[in-house]
Amino acid sequence: MTQPLLSLRSVSKTFHTGGREVKAVDNVSFDVAEGECLAVVGESGSGKSTIANMILGIYPQTIGEISYKGSALPARRDLVHRRSIQLVQQNPLSSLNPRRTIGASLRLALDVHGIGERAGRNDRTGQLLEEVGLPASFRTRSPAALSGGQRQRVAIARALACQSELVVLDEPTSALDVLVQARVLRLLADLRKSRGLTYLFITHDLSVVRNIADRVAVFERGKLVEIGTTATIFEAPNHPYTRKLIAAVPVVTADEVALRKRFMEEANANV
Amino acid sequence: MSAPTLRIRDLRLGFKSWSGTFDVLHGISLHIGKGERVALVGESGSGKSVTARIVLGLLQTLRSAKISGLVEFEGRDLAKLSEAERRALRGTRMSMIFQDPTSSLNPVYRISTQFHEVLQRANPRIEPAESRARAEKALADVSIADPARVLDSYPFQLSGGMNQRVMIAMALANEPSLLIADEPGTALDVTVQAQTLRLMREQVERHHASVLFISHNLGVVREFADRVYVIYKGRIAEQGPTAALFDNPRHPYTQALLRAVPRMTGDGIPEIEDASESYFAPTVIHDGYGEPEGVA
Amino acid sequence: MSRALAILVRNPLSLLGLILVATVVLSAVFADVIAPFPTHRGAVVDFANFNKAPEWPYIFGTDLVGRDVFSRILYAYRISLILGVVVLAIAVPIGVTIGLAAGYLGGWTEYVLMRITDVFLSIPPLVLAMSMMGLLQPTLTNGMIAVTAMWWPWYTRLVYNLARSEKEEGYVLAAEVIGASKLHVMFREILPNCVPSILTKMTLDFGFVILIASSLSFLGLGVQPPTPDLGSMVAEGAKYLPDSWWLTIFPGLAILVAVFGFNLIGDALREILGTEQ
Repeated sequence: MTQPLLSLRSVSKTFHTGGREVKAVDNVSFDVAEGECLAVVGESGSGKSTIANMILGIYPQTIGEISYKGSALPARRDLVHRRSIQLVQQNPLSSLNPRRTIGASLRLALDVHGIGERAGRNDRTGQLLEEVGLPASFRTRSPAALSGGQRQRVAIARALACQSELVVLDEPTSALDVLVQARVLRLLADLRKSRGLTYLFITHDLSVVRNIADRVAVFERGKLVEIGTTATIFEAPNHPYTRKLIAAVPVVTADEVALRKRFMEEANANV
Repeated sequence: MSAPTLRIRDLRLGFKSWSGTFDVLHGISLHIGKGERVALVGESGSGKSVTARIVLGLLQTLRSAKISGLVEFEGRDLAKLSEAERRALRGTRMSMIFQDPTSSLNPVYRISTQFHEVLQRANPRIEPAESRARAEKALADVSIADPARVLDSYPFQLSGGMNQRVMIAMALANEPSLLIADEPGTALDVTVQAQTLRLMREQVERHHASVLFISHNLGVVREFADRVYVIYKGRIAEQGPTAALFDNPRHPYTQALLRAVPRMTGDGIPEIEDASESYFAPTVIHDGYGEPEGVA
Repeated sequence: MSRALAILVRNPLSLLGLILVATVVLSAVFADVIAPFPTHRGAVVDFANFNKAPEWPYIFGTDLVGRDVFSRILYAYRISLILGVVVLAIAVPIGVTIGLAAGYLGGWTEYVLMRITDVFLSIPPLVLAMSMMGLLQPTLTNGMIAVTAMWWPWYTRLVYNLARSEKEEGYVLAAEVIGASKLHVMFREILPNCVPSILTKMTLDFGFVILIASSLSFLGLGVQPPTPDLGSMVAEGAKYLPDSWWLTIFPGLAILVAVFGFNLIGDALREILGTEQ
């Protein structure tokens, strides 16, 4: 059996704010296999963002171990770790420095990790832009000149610049319009295939999850309540909270309404 | 037949800046009958939010805004009213609820104070005791278990879902004939959003209010609205009854929108163009759902 | 750039500011050429023409040893501008760096740096300058040191608040996740976003530096005779009001022109830089 790319074992995180203790993540364990797209779903307070932040090394876990390719990740990440795991954030506007050009923001990753010859890095940023469907000439533009969808593509290009293997996507399309979201999801799916990436896809939007994830992990109030393949979770969910979540999603077609009706009855029966 | 609650005819909006005029609305027409729930669906930049603000009379005072066209509320032409008369309508005959309930409520006042202010708009001489009694009843109507405690709280002490209920109660307190809902529930968790929408539907039915529901979320619109207007870059692309429009969209833009929404049945992510000449095709009107001729 | 100029020129107040500042700067730079009596900036004496009311060729009159007030004002502008430039060139980098470090690094660094800053901020500026001058010899250089010492904390306070809010932004997180060093994040990511506020404050400060320096000279600290300084000229001339009114009024107006001009420009600058973002 192959080793998982990322592994969490008994991870918990407690925050001490204003004299109170808040357990944001409670004894969570799961694996992410190489090349898969694992969706992390939950509502506010589920702990999904906290888990993402710990995986990214923004702050350490209180207890438990997070391992990458078999070795435990330390609290202080070094450049090698940083290169392996990258992030695409939700808000395309604030994730790009308004006072730097697109090219400069992309180049940062190349400069920090010494990727390629210094002279060729500007060209490389152009290539990255083309890979996400934008013209290389956007290098010289500032973020304000781009639309939300375009900015998000730049954010994706930035995550690719380090040639990382694991990409954490924290609600990457939640701030985008419907049509733009479809294009960006398509791009993400294509990139995963062409580059052999592994995705940890955090979202509250179950209908997106249904169409892009291989497996789904459902979180409620810091605990992992259910994890399984997409098909299983959506056709035969075990946990009442999962059923409640599926039942609440607003849908557009008659088929989906029928699917939901089934879960709504089950959810109401358990309330 | 009485005048529709809201009637908009060929509304145009442009913003003047030092580099020329920027047109946002290119002549949209819509109407809402008494008790009807009508949705205005579009993406960002479509002009749906500015339309709501024009109905409320909030954009007319902006010097750089050029507005033309007819906006009639309960048979009265809003352009012919003075600013004071338009202001008198807000909060009484027409009210609005917003996207993020916690930030739309004033953080430094208790709910009871804010509710009192709302009730004062319709009845300037209302006594605090009476407004509190009415507020408690209104909060109980939106299924708040402990109205007294909520009234004594500040918005930051309540959850998003709770604040949304408070906002709905406040918006309907003066029995408005038109409720404008701007992306309600978008800031809420999906389970809370579902409850909130159900609640809104009950309440508007109970208070016989018409609703202008502005949203980019097609699923929510399908659940809530009787009729739908799809707006693209300041033009109405398609209009018709909800079921017919969703089951059989006829305008290229509506079709693209519906295809783009990910399905819970797992049909994958389709190839969509996010901009296309075809999206500018003329308005498609489902039979029998056109705009009524003017009531002279 | 052209957009900036367009905004500056379109608004009558900022246009006025631009004109006033241009007047001050050009006077200072070209004093040698414009001044009818360039030597009067030094220890020249002309008792034949002393204490004259404004008349040709002494358009602002002469002082008590016969020096042309107008020429001295032009050279005094030069001193004021040099003072302003030097003080800001030293105070701003120090203040900004401390503010960035305190705001971004947090923890003990923040605590220690901000407490030091608070101490400096709580001493009234003029008192601080006067005490320093009391310890040092009254010279232009020491005057500049004193003013610099009281000036940097304001930039620290400004940048500290900006850095604290900017560090929560997505782009800072993105740079950290990429692995950029703390120095990079402070100076290449956060600092550029503070520049508009810093620049605006600098233009406003220019006028105030001149004012403070003039106050110091007025009190006899700072610049010494025969170097012309607007504050000293006002102080000297004040004794002879209202008879020899030109000795005080013209230097006083000169201070007003400079401070007012820089303030107006500062406001316009805020508008230009604000909308650019």
